[in-house]
Amino acid sequence: MTSPAPSIVPAPPPKPNALFEYLQRLGDDRLILGHRLSEWCGHAPILEEDIALANVALDLLGQATILLRMAGEVEGRGRNEDALAYFREAVEFRNCQLAELPTGDFGFTIARQFLFDVYDVVLLDALTKSTNAELAAIAGKSLKEARYHVRHSGEWMLKLGDGTDESHRRVQAALDELWRYTPELFAVDEIDDELAANGVVPDLAALKPAWESLVREVFDRATLTTPNDVPRPPRARGGRTGAHTEHLGHLLAEMQIVARSHPGAAW
Amino acid sequence: MIRPLGAAVRGDVLAVLDTVMDPEVPVLSVRELGIVRDVLVDDRDGVTVVVTPTYSGCPAILEIERDILAALAAAGFDNAKVRTAYSPAWTTDWIPESARAKLKAYGIAPPGRAAEDGGLVQLMRARTAPPCPYCDSRDTEVRSEFGSTACKSVCWCRHCGQPFEEFKAI
Repeated sequence: MTSPAPSIVPAPPPKPNALFEYLQRLGDDRLILGHRLSEWCGHAPILEEDIALANVALDLLGQATILLRMAGEVEGRGRNEDALAYFREAVEFRNCQLAELPTGDFGFTIARQFLFDVYDVVLLDALTKSTNAELAAIAGKSLKEARYHVRHSGEWMLKLGDGTDESHRRVQAALDELWRYTPELFAVDEIDDELAANGVVPDLAALKPAWESLVREVFDRATLTTPNDVPRPPRARGGRTGAHTEHLGHLLAEMQIVARSHPGAAW
Repeated sequence: MIRPLGAAVRGDVLAVLDTVMDPEVPVLSVRELGIVRDVLVDDRDGVTVVVTPTYSGCPAILEIERDILAALAAAGFDNAKVRTAYSPAWTTDWIPESARAKLKAYGIAPPGRAAEDGGLVQLMRARTAPPCPYCDSRDTEVRSEFGSTACKSVCWCRHCGQPFEEFKAI
């Protein structure tokens, strides 16, 4: 009599904690985009703009701190916001690819920021109605900030788009490059489905028309042409599931090196 | 010094908080700024001060917490705690008239009424600049919505030629 062969079928991976995943998506968008904006500190075309971009970066980093702290509490494994920011690998980050693209020129920075800011306002407004009271409160707080962020980037879209030939050419080129990264903002997967079923998060796909009409309104006034849509699968891939462009790793190397070289350091 | 706790000491705690100044705008106390939302006192847990941040990324948040705890400890409330609440979100409408006068005297234009939003978002700025806190002229302009701290914008007075900051309405 022989003993039964040991099973070679691995145990299924544990079901991800949907709220933990979602909070990382929200938090990482802000952490990574905030870091990109901070790269302008000391380099912006005029002093007022240097200060403005640093201010917006600070708001985004503050929101990321609050969201990743909550993510760590929801996960329940003792990780705080710093552990999540500095000790995860690129494949563990959940930000959209739009946020991680290199800074580019000023037109690229403003166009990316505008596309994100409008998305942020639409999403945060919907999240204020979340059945999770803590998430709704954070969204309400952040929405106030997102509203003046979008006024800042929206005004620059007008100035650059309806400005000189050079500024128009640059911001249009940025839009043409960035447009294919925008469907990811509204693509959903089983994480969104599970949370939306309980009213914790909104149906992202249903938010897209509001976003699109707002961005097109500004494109028209700025004499910019809306790029053609690129067909894309409707389910979330890319950054939301940890697949990133090559650029995120370089960003993280710079962002994480001090914390990793001196673990536990404080001042 | 160990202080007895109970409803009677709530007023004492508030009086201590009146002496804790905002580190970036040192003419306003944390209460005048509107960030102290509640004071909870009970015999078991001691004193808990509930605060709400002005801006999510305000770097002064931690310093304000430390200042509050230090001031309370100096007044005998040794084991006080600070708890953060995000809702309702902070608004400059909570800054009382008396504090607005202090801001103006300090050279910062006080905030106007925080706009009740007409719709989801206003994509473009449409607001008038505040009067100059130095000469009261209305011949002013907003130079930048972003200033030396998250809560201030940078303005310019065409009449007296003085640049000045405005406490942004939010």
